[in-house]
Amino acid sequence: MSKRGDLLSLGLARLWRIAPQLRAIGLSATVADPDSLARFLVPQPPGGTSSADLVVATGGAAPIVEMLETAERIPWAGHSARHAMAEIYDLIKRHKTSLMFVNTRSQAEMLFQELWAMNDDGLAIALHHGSLDVAQRRKVEDAMAAGKLRGVVCTSSLDLGIDWGDIDLVVNVGAPKGASRLMQRIGRANHRLDEPSRAILVPANRFEVLECRAAIDAVAENAQDTPPLRTGALDVLAQHILGCACGEPFFADELFAEVRTAAPYTELARKDFDDTIDFVATGGYALKSYERFARIVQTKDGRWRVANPRVRQMYRLNVGTIVEEQMLKVRLVRSRSRAAGTTGGIARGGRLLGQIEEYFIEGLVAGDTFVFGGEIVRYEALMEDEVYVSRANDRDAKVPSYMGGKFPLSTYLAERVRHLLANKAAWRGLPDQVREWLSMQVLLSRVPGPRELVVETFPRAGKTYLVCYPFEGRLAHQTLGMLVTRRLERARARPLGFVANEYALAVWAAGDLSAMMRQGRLNLAELFSPDMLGDDLEAWLAESALMKRTFRNCAIISGLIPRRFVGEEKSRRQMLFSTDLVYDVLRKHQPDHILLRAARADAATGLLDIRRLSDMLGRIQGHITYKELDRVSPLAVPVMLEIGREAVYGEASDELLAEAAEELVKEAMGGTP
Amino acid sequence: MDVGVAMADERQTTFVHVNGIDFVADTSGALYWAEERLLVVSDLHLEKGSSFAMRGILLPPYDTAATLARLAALVARYDPRRVIALGDSFHDREAHARVSGEDRDAIAAMQAGRDWIWIAGNHDPLPPASLRGAVADEIAIGAVCFRHEPTGAAGEIAGHLHPKARVATRGRSIERRCIASDGVRAVLPSFGAYTGGLNIRDRAFAKIFATPAFTVHVLGDGRLHRMPAARCS
Repeated sequence: MSKRGDLLSLGLARLWRIAPQLRAIGLSATVADPDSLARFLVPQPPGGTSSADLVVATGGAAPIVEMLETAERIPWAGHSARHAMAEIYDLIKRHKTSLMFVNTRSQAEMLFQELWAMNDDGLAIALHHGSLDVAQRRKVEDAMAAGKLRGVVCTSSLDLGIDWGDIDLVVNVGAPKGASRLMQRIGRANHRLDEPSRAILVPANRFEVLECRAAIDAVAENAQDTPPLRTGALDVLAQHILGCACGEPFFADELFAEVRTAAPYTELARKDFDDTIDFVATGGYALKSYERFARIVQTKDGRWRVANPRVRQMYRLNVGTIVEEQMLKVRLVRSRSRAAGTTGGIARGGRLLGQIEEYFIEGLVAGDTFVFGGEIVRYEALMEDEVYVSRANDRDAKVPSYMGGKFPLSTYLAERVRHLLANKAAWRGLPDQVREWLSMQVLLSRVPGPRELVVETFPRAGKTYLVCYPFEGRLAHQTLGMLVTRRLERARARPLGFVANEYALAVWAAGDLSAMMRQGRLNLAELFSPDMLGDDLEAWLAESALMKRTFRNCAIISGLIPRRFVGEEKSRRQMLFSTDLVYDVLRKHQPDHILLRAARADAATGLLDIRRLSDMLGRIQGHITYKELDRVSPLAVPVMLEIGREAVYGEASDELLAEAAEELVKEAMGGTP
Repeated sequence: MDVGVAMADERQTTFVHVNGIDFVADTSGALYWAEERLLVVSDLHLEKGSSFAMRGILLPPYDTAATLARLAALVARYDPRRVIALGDSFHDREAHARVSGEDRDAIAAMQAGRDWIWIAGNHDPLPPASLRGAVADEIAIGAVCFRHEPTGAAGEIAGHLHPKARVATRGRSIERRCIASDGVRAVLPSFGAYTGGLNIRDRAFAKIFATPAFTVHVLGDGRLHRMPAARCS
């Protein structure tokens, strides 16, 4: 459930009040906790619970899921699965229509390009993902429905799609991430209850082999891992309250009672509700200076109504809980020679390739190459909300488009992976090379137990590395990396950066961490102590770009900041104000403001995954095993290889700026930049 | 010692040269002319929050206080004889009238004992009638001229464009306000708490700086980072 679910629940609560006889039916093939969903479907009585009747359908054929048995060497890191291309191509040839799922747009691009390069048989293989131009996507869908395609490479854009065509094989390339997610994907093949669906998992690296194994076992047990029912968000409530006022005037007491019948909001405190009304009315500021600009006002009989018709208009323009990533149009133009990236001097109006996330483009400089729309393109310039690219002849893209995936490894699957690692008898179900890799780890360092956190330090090229294996997903590891880096800085260990993947975190420092451990100047129990979620977290949240993005989303959903102004169609590139600066000011002047509370609640589960980090820190207390090594361990190799491929995190923006300024000094002084 | 490390000395004062005059560049984006004891800040956009509130967008009403607190710290540090606010000091024509009593007192305290000049901007073309301070469209002192909108004239120090620079490095992109200058003229960043910015690679800047090789001083944490505009994206 997401914020969409919150809004849906509030809408249902409204309907129950208007039409008490309303009957709601929910359908799901992959729900971990059917009881909570049953509560979602009916009004909750005050102080108690009520559930819808549960009907469980049985008798479906169990799916046949296997891991690709590859003759090739399984890579240590990366998400490309390039090693398995010939084998995937062979699978397509041997089936009628194959659906190939990957986790990110960039993986889809890569897989499509590789398959096309070896397509000597001229098989009809197509590409489908959310940032391609709509017309192009529809064409692929039509061709698939008509049975004209042998293979489609797609992202989650087709996860829950309608069932087009006659698909007899699903190939999941890369990590499955979650058991329920995988089952949804498998269900795309052979969508008939009495016939088994067939799926093949292709892990792209060694850790993903473990994840695939764990996922196959989970599917065999029909174990689901959809996230639990959430507590309703306050920003969504704010939008709903404004919506109610736009409909007809309401009494606060009545609306409060109604909202509490929605399962996600049964625990809503009256104070939070009143604060939300105050926020909708005048922004909820301690400095009561906006009474005259109120959006909703109280009538004489105490009802709340909209202050003017413009409020209603603005609500209609901005309703909804999905905040889109800022997207830019990508246009193909002819290359200019070597002009620097100033705007102007380039032929405008080339073919539209699709859309791309703004933050990805912001990391590029003119001349950088990346994969888009199935080919390698060169970034030329950014003009208003359009990105101009040209065809590049390079074999490899210079910029490895972004990270492993949007969805982190599910908590459930992570736990299964930890148990798989700890249970040597279960290694028999793994490919030889992976078993050998783990055996080497046992010999040279240690394989973590289910509750244990193994921490290794070792020197390499003049720096010390600290690698640990929490298996809690990239987002939680990123947050952990930020906080551990802060602590290392305080311990004068001079940390330089860190990189996180789904399974591990690697931090490197100029200080000799191994020596510090020996001398007792660094204590792991303290370094990983849960109290990092106190002051350190607070200090970091003050400047975290992820937190600012979380705040922005809350500000938009709550209606504080409109997606669109009435009668003011500004180009998105012309920001009227910066939400980051609004965050800074609000945080300083009213740290308990309702929007900051909402953003904080989001941070627990969203981009920062703090709750999961907190659970992990609790789990490993008293179970940290330290290994001082003289070189990198087998288990550490994958995350070490991510260095240079993935973005290096660290909030030391000023260090990076200074570095950029110094490059030029060095160049001028005759050194290598 | 590595050259880079020497450059990064925090105590080092950074200067911006405009038409033969050396201004101390403050990390807040303000300029200080020591010989004249003159402090220049641009684009305060006071009461921007309430300006949006009037249109139904209830931004936190703390921006004016936040901006003035930063300005007061600056005035305390340099103790200038004269302060020039380079236009767009108020977000709209009536904004000065909405400034709260407390914020008014803060402005009066800063103005006490020094000359204060409000340069007119496109957001505030009329004098802030309810506040003290002289008002001018532009003011020339020696080899330099202070006005709101840059025209590209030699010796000009202006604001209006809210310059910001984006530096992409190691797969990350960092965007900050900056001072843009080519030794003959300069454009100052906005000082106001809610003000966005315009990328210095925008063509608006190409019109002002005759040569494409201008320099930016990117506002950092406790220091400025000087680099050619061409390094930015």
